[in-house]
Amino acid sequence: MYSPQIILEAMLNGLMTGAVYALIALGLTLIYGVLHIINFAHGALLTCAMFAVWVAWAWLGIDPYAVIPLLVPLMFALGYGLQRFVIGPASHGDDGNILLVTLGLSIVLENVLLATFQSDTRTLDTDYSFQVVALGPLLLSFPRLIGLAVAVVVTGLLWLVLNRTDTGKAIRAVAREKLGANLVGIDVPHIYAVTFGLGCACLAVAACLLMPTFYVNPRIGGAFVLVAFTVVVLGGMGSIPGALLGGLFIGVVESLCGLFLGDSLGQLGIFLIFIAVLLVRPTGLFGAKA
Amino acid sequence: MAEASPDTLLEIRGLTTGYGATEVLRGVDMAVGPGEIVTVLGSNGVGKTTLNKVLSGVLPAWTGDIRFAGQRIAGQSAARIVEQGLIQVPEGRKIFPNLSIRENLELGSYRRGKPNRARNLERIFATFPRLKERAGQMAGTLSGGEQQMLAIGRGLMAEPLLLILDEPSLGLSPLVVEEMFGLIRKLNADGLAILLVEQNVVQSLEVARRAYILENGVFAMSGASADIAGDPELKRTYLGL
Repeated sequence: MYSPQIILEAMLNGLMTGAVYALIALGLTLIYGVLHIINFAHGALLTCAMFAVWVAWAWLGIDPYAVIPLLVPLMFALGYGLQRFVIGPASHGDDGNILLVTLGLSIVLENVLLATFQSDTRTLDTDYSFQVVALGPLLLSFPRLIGLAVAVVVTGLLWLVLNRTDTGKAIRAVAREKLGANLVGIDVPHIYAVTFGLGCACLAVAACLLMPTFYVNPRIGGAFVLVAFTVVVLGGMGSIPGALLGGLFIGVVESLCGLFLGDSLGQLGIFLIFIAVLLVRPTGLFGAKA
Repeated sequence: MAEASPDTLLEIRGLTTGYGATEVLRGVDMAVGPGEIVTVLGSNGVGKTTLNKVLSGVLPAWTGDIRFAGQRIAGQSAARIVEQGLIQVPEGRKIFPNLSIRENLELGSYRRGKPNRARNLERIFATFPRLKERAGQMAGTLSGGEQQMLAIGRGLMAEPLLLILDEPSLGLSPLVVEEMFGLIRKLNADGLAILLVEQNVVQSLEVARRAYILENGVFAMSGASADIAGDPELKRTYLGL
C-alpha cells in the first residue's frame, strides 16, 4: 500500500492536470451550450494552439507563459472568423451540416499541420519544466501549479464576462431564445462567432499551460478532447461550473488510477466514469433537465 | 386606402411576402401616425405575425416598400430596425427564461437606449412593481401575465418610437387582459405610438383609433375603429352577432 503522502501528492497532481482538462472542456461546453453543436474541430484547434506555442518558443524564443496575452486574441480571432465565415455560412442553418463542417475542418487543420511540421513529436524544455515547489512535505510540479491557478482565474473571468457584460448576457440570451434576442437587436451570427471565439481563446490558454510539461504532434489534440468530452458529460452539457469541477475531478481520477493501476491504465477510470454517468445521470452533475 | 400624411411614422405600400413558395401577405398597404394606436385584427393564420416579422426584419419582404420615421427599412437587419426605434413585443413573449428579470430588461437596451438604461429601468420598475420585487429571479419562473409585462418592459427599455404588440392578451386570464389594455392606454397617453395586433376584437377596437381587418393576406376592411365596430359584416364574422 502507498503512504498517504504519495496518495495526496497524486491527488494534487491530478487536480493540476484536471485544471487544464477543465479549460479545454470549458470551450467545448460553451460552444455546445450556445450554438447547440458539438465542435469536432476542438481537438485540431487545440493542436494548432500548441504548435503556435512551440513555434513562439523554438523560433522566436518567447516563453510559453508570455505567449498567453498574444495567443488568446489570436485564437479568439481565428475562432470568430471560422464560425462567422466558414462554419455558419456552410451549415445553412442545419445542425447536421455543422457537425460535418467541423469534422471536415479538423481533418484539414490536422493535415496542414502534418504537411508543415511532419508527424514528429516536439517538446520545449524551459528552465522551470521540471522545477518543483515544496508544500510542507509535498513536492508539487511548478508548471502544473501555475496551470491550476491560471485555469481557475480564467474560469472566473469567463463567468464574469457571461454574467456582467452585455455581450455575455446576449450570449446567454441567444442560447435559449434566438428570436427574442433578434428582436432586441442582438446580432445572432455575431454572438455565435464571439462564443466560438471565446471557446478557442480557452484553448489558447490551455495550450500555453500544457506546453512546458507536455509534447505536441499533429494528432495530440484528439486525446485531450476525448477527455474533455467526458468532462462535459460529467459536468452537464453547457454548464460552466460543471466543466471546471468535472475537469478537476477527472484529473484526480486519472491520477489515482495511474497510481494504482499503472500509468498506461490511468485513463481507464475516466471512461468507466463516462459510462457510469451516461447510465445513471445522463444530464450530468450540473446539467439542466431535458 | 387613405393617403399617408408626410408626418406618418410607419408606412407600408404593396407589401408581399411568404415562406418558400407560399405567399402569405398579398399586397398590404397601411400607415401608423405618431402617437396613434392602430390595431390589426384577424383570426389565426391570416398573416398577422408574418406582417410583424417583416416589419422587424426577421423575414424579408418580397415586394413593396416599408418606411419608418422617413427611412426605408425593408431589407434592413433586425438590429438596424431596432436601432431606429421600431420595437416589437412578439407573440409568445420570447423573454429569456434563463436570465434574471433585471437582465432581461437590461438586454432590452442592448441596441438602443443604453445611455438612459438606469433611468428607464427605474421607470419600468415603477410601472410594474411586481417585476421590481422579483428583479433577481429567473424570468422563466414568472406567470404568463408577468412574462407579458416583462416582455413589454423589455420593449420599452429600447425607448421605442413605435411599439408593436403581437397578441399581448393571448393566454391571459380576463382580469389580466383588462390590466393589459389599461396599460396600453396609459403608454399611448404618454405619447407612444402603438401597433396592436390582436384576435381580441372588442377590446382592441375600444383602445385603437383606427383598425385594419386582415383576411387571407389582404386588408378586407380599414377605417376608424368606431365605424368598423359598427359594421354589420364584421359583427357577423368576428363577433357572431
